[in-house]
Amino acid sequence: MSNRRRRLVPYFLLGPGILWLILFFAVPMYFMGRLSLDTGTLETGFRFNWQWSNFHDALSLYQTPFLRSFYYAGAATVIALLIGYPLAYAIAFKGGRWKNAMLLAVVAPFFTTYLIRTIAWETILSDHGFVVSTLQSVGIVAAGGRILQTASAVIAGITYNFLPFMVLPVYASLERIDPSMIEAAKDLYASPRTAFWKVTLPLSLPGVVAGTLLTFIPAVGDYINAFFLGSNNNHMIGNVIQGLYLTQRDYPAAAALSFVLMAVIMLAVLGYIRFAGSEALMGEEAVAG
Amino acid sequence: MEASAITRTVLPSAPARAWRWTREHGPNIFAALAIAYLLIPIVVIFAFSFNNPAGKYNYTWVGFTLSHWGNVFGISELNDALLTSLKLAVLATVISTALGTLIAIALVRHQFFGRRTANFLIVVPMATPEVVMGASLLSMFLIYGLALGFLTLLIAHVMFCISFVVVVVRSRLIGFDRSLEEAAQDLGANPLTTFMKVTLPLLLPGIAAAALLAFALSIDDFVVSNFNSGTTVTFPLFIFGAAQRGIPVEVNCVAIILFSVTLVAMGATVLQQRRAEALAATRPQEA
Repeated sequence: MSNRRRRLVPYFLLGPGILWLILFFAVPMYFMGRLSLDTGTLETGFRFNWQWSNFHDALSLYQTPFLRSFYYAGAATVIALLIGYPLAYAIAFKGGRWKNAMLLAVVAPFFTTYLIRTIAWETILSDHGFVVSTLQSVGIVAAGGRILQTASAVIAGITYNFLPFMVLPVYASLERIDPSMIEAAKDLYASPRTAFWKVTLPLSLPGVVAGTLLTFIPAVGDYINAFFLGSNNNHMIGNVIQGLYLTQRDYPAAAALSFVLMAVIMLAVLGYIRFAGSEALMGEEAVAG
Repeated sequence: MEASAITRTVLPSAPARAWRWTREHGPNIFAALAIAYLLIPIVVIFAFSFNNPAGKYNYTWVGFTLSHWGNVFGISELNDALLTSLKLAVLATVISTALGTLIAIALVRHQFFGRRTANFLIVVPMATPEVVMGASLLSMFLIYGLALGFLTLLIAHVMFCISFVVVVVRSRLIGFDRSLEEAAQDLGANPLTTFMKVTLPLLLPGIAAAALLAFALSIDDFVVSNFNSGTTVTFPLFIFGAAQRGIPVEVNCVAIILFSVTLVAMGATVLQQRRAEALAATRPQEA
């Protein structure tokens, strides 16, 4: 093969797939940005008009669900880390011959349809169900109180649905730690606790960062959990965007909100890529999905 | 009396023993509880597929019946939605696996200008909330006046599957032993023959895993589909639509069937991968 042809090979390989991503991922972002600056209604038709006030209007009108999304997603991410890190630790270091079975159990929820999983939680947390009546008898939930249609239910649902995205990257980074590093710390008279805080935890930090992003990003845009497990007072920004696009057909406002959401998340991702490199985000970590 | 005094001095105190036991078994007990938490909804879905609900809502346990399992494919709207989902998932899997595998090969095997941009373009869709992807695609389709339906769904599904295919195939390629390819070329095979006869068969388990992931992503997608489906109804869209008026119990049966099929398919790819690794390992050792 001639040198020039050899140099073109990667572009032939990349071409079709990258073109698909440009046409149907990057270009639509441009159109969404354009739509967010339109004026008009569905009846009069929309016209591009550099209407920057759309952003201000949409954000001030939907400030509460916007902030609520970050609060719910943040809370769910913290809880997922508190459950996911010890679980990943147990699989990596205590799993033994159960390791593969445990990993399978972690991804098993993905094999059932997302909507049905969430609806199953609706069944579990229902007003006369086992969980609510137990919590009522212990006094955690007031008599006649409920879990469904509260912020707790939505946060619990989000935590459940995205927990595997936390466990898998943390597990991958723990698994990669050379055991001799931990042994060295113990040889140097570090207590197990010190060895964990000074060696294991810092080495697993890339997995924690990747897991946090992979949990937080889908969580902040989610509206399924809020729809099934919450009430109107628990609507997240995803519910608003969906409603504006598909029911109220106020496209400019909907596009403006999506654009701001995307921008905030892009800043977080770029910050992460700065910190760890884009290859790291694509490595074993991202196989989770 | 004396014996017990001795044991008391030899063994650590009860709290110390309890502490040691907790430290030894604590992580495993925690892991067992966390895994139970992950599996409970699946058990609930399975159990409630045998429920005989009193009204149209399948939320409280009434009584055991097999009738819904006997009628799994007896609801025509559900069948249509399932068929649409399967067709869509198969097509999206084939296209995204082909495109993604080629990208992965280019990224791992070649140095070229624009590599960072290509990497970036692959990472960003995975870091974009689905609601934004669905909304932006809809914005474009609206502006162009493209009719929403099966075609727009296919475009969208291929788009969000590609990145995941790249990631899976790429991780397989990075751990790839290139000496077998070199051996083939030493024996006079041209690059294309080498690729078809050596690289592709060895890469197949990775590609199969990627295809399985793409299939699972496509058949489970609700959010992006909800924006771009028009009047086409997929399985998740059917469930969402039915949720207001009561979801038929048969949906639980279908979910359990899908769960079992995926489990079996995943087991098969793991076995295939082990066999390929064993195959790659059986070659004459260098003297």
